[in-house]
Amino acid sequence: MIDVKHLTKSFGDHLVLNDISEHIYPGEKVVVIGPSGSGKSTFLRCLNLLESPTSGTITFNGMEITNPKSNIDLIRRQMGMVFQHFNLFPNMTIRKNITLAPVRTGLMKQNEADEVAMTLLRRVGLEEKADAYPAQLSGGQKQRIAIVRALAMQPKVMLFDEPTSALDPEMVGEVLDVMKELANEGMTMVVVTHEMGFAREVASRVLFMADGNILEQNSPKEFFANPQHERTKLFLSKVL
Amino acid sequence: MDLAQLYETFKGLENPSIWQEFYVKFYNAWFFEDRWMSYFRGLVTTIEVTVIALMIGVILGVLVAVIRTAHDQQRPGSKNILNILLGIVNLVCKIYVTIIRGTPMMVQLMIMGFVIFASSREATLVGALALGINSGAYVAEIIRGGLMSLDPGQMEAGRSLGLGYLDTMRFIIIPQAFKAILPALGNEFIVLLKDTSLISVIAGKEIVYFARAIITKTYEPMFPYLITAVMYLIMVLIFTWLQTKLERRLRQSDRR
Repeated sequence: MIDVKHLTKSFGDHLVLNDISEHIYPGEKVVVIGPSGSGKSTFLRCLNLLESPTSGTITFNGMEITNPKSNIDLIRRQMGMVFQHFNLFPNMTIRKNITLAPVRTGLMKQNEADEVAMTLLRRVGLEEKADAYPAQLSGGQKQRIAIVRALAMQPKVMLFDEPTSALDPEMVGEVLDVMKELANEGMTMVVVTHEMGFAREVASRVLFMADGNILEQNSPKEFFANPQHERTKLFLSKVL
Repeated sequence: MDLAQLYETFKGLENPSIWQEFYVKFYNAWFFEDRWMSYFRGLVTTIEVTVIALMIGVILGVLVAVIRTAHDQQRPGSKNILNILLGIVNLVCKIYVTIIRGTPMMVQLMIMGFVIFASSREATLVGALALGINSGAYVAEIIRGGLMSLDPGQMEAGRSLGLGYLDTMRFIIIPQAFKAILPALGNEFIVLLKDTSLISVIAGKEIVYFARAIITKTYEPMFPYLITAVMYLIMVLIFTWLQTKLERRLRQSDRR
């Protein structure tokens, strides 16, 4: 589904991603973990070109994202993204936050989009917040709305960039529950996270990144039971 | 006893008290030969110049700010003709802002009035143009600052949803930036309004011009200048009041 070939990214002299090749298959739930500064967020952000790679190619369903001639907006419509800091639009109501993109991109009419928004909001238990503004919500509620906003575009894959890192501990659960539900429905997901429990429970594959390389990958069971690499062992001993 | 009679009486006094003297001076500056009308003629010009300069300033400012922000936010590496063109236009904008911000308003006005448009009779219009061009540079920097001050995550969120650059700007970035820059923008408009007084140096017929004309007749500068000051103050107060109302309305989405 997403094919990454020889992806390299550097900021100035600093090499963040070092020749990464990876493939993400439909229906997979790939969880990327690793120490901070390892390049996991940059890797994720390259997948929908929020960061432009220094070299290498990324192909999504046969469309080459990294080709400057490809229409990046069309590709991004099929890739939902959830950010660490939610990035809801504070100048709009929740309803408008969710419906803006589907309506503006011509995916739906306003009334269809409103219906989709309400259905999705009901699913995450926030239908009474439709007319509230983001500033009136808690962090966990904001993140659930952000997920709904991305889902409203009916994406084929969802990218999560540390979706629970900015949340108060008691709100992490409600966001992870929504993500688990989404995973159970068969959504293709790439998740950068520090939630090892989530990785163990939901992932179909765990990638471990350090210093711009994917050092190790495995099924979650194997990964946590028998880490191969020294670096992985060190990391796991610190976080588990 | 009406005002004119009072004036005649006080004027005839040999040893007027200080208040009687003030009254005579004020009468000379305001009522005598219906002089108050010329202040209002000046006021109309001031408002006209402000509005014209404001329009020029905002149009120029938005244009320059959008060009400079768009240039800064380009995907590096994509080198097509459009981007090279944008680079050139961006350079022109940079030079414009540098020159305008680096030279005094008064000097710019004199260069416009006495050098570039030396043969023009429309001093007021030339003044409005000079003020507009000056204001444009500052408005551009204010708007650019507002656009840059927003969390880059807002642009990323809009783009990641598949919205184009222009749509993201229109629905997400500009409404938020507008709210953020409103105080600074209001400040700039007040500066502009007050700077219209400078156009009297190139014979633009606004309040100061008429005040001076009265002084050349009465040789009494106090009241004409005080009246001018009060008129400007009142205009600024009205504007500030309007601005506060607008800001309060835009703060709607901040309620918790």
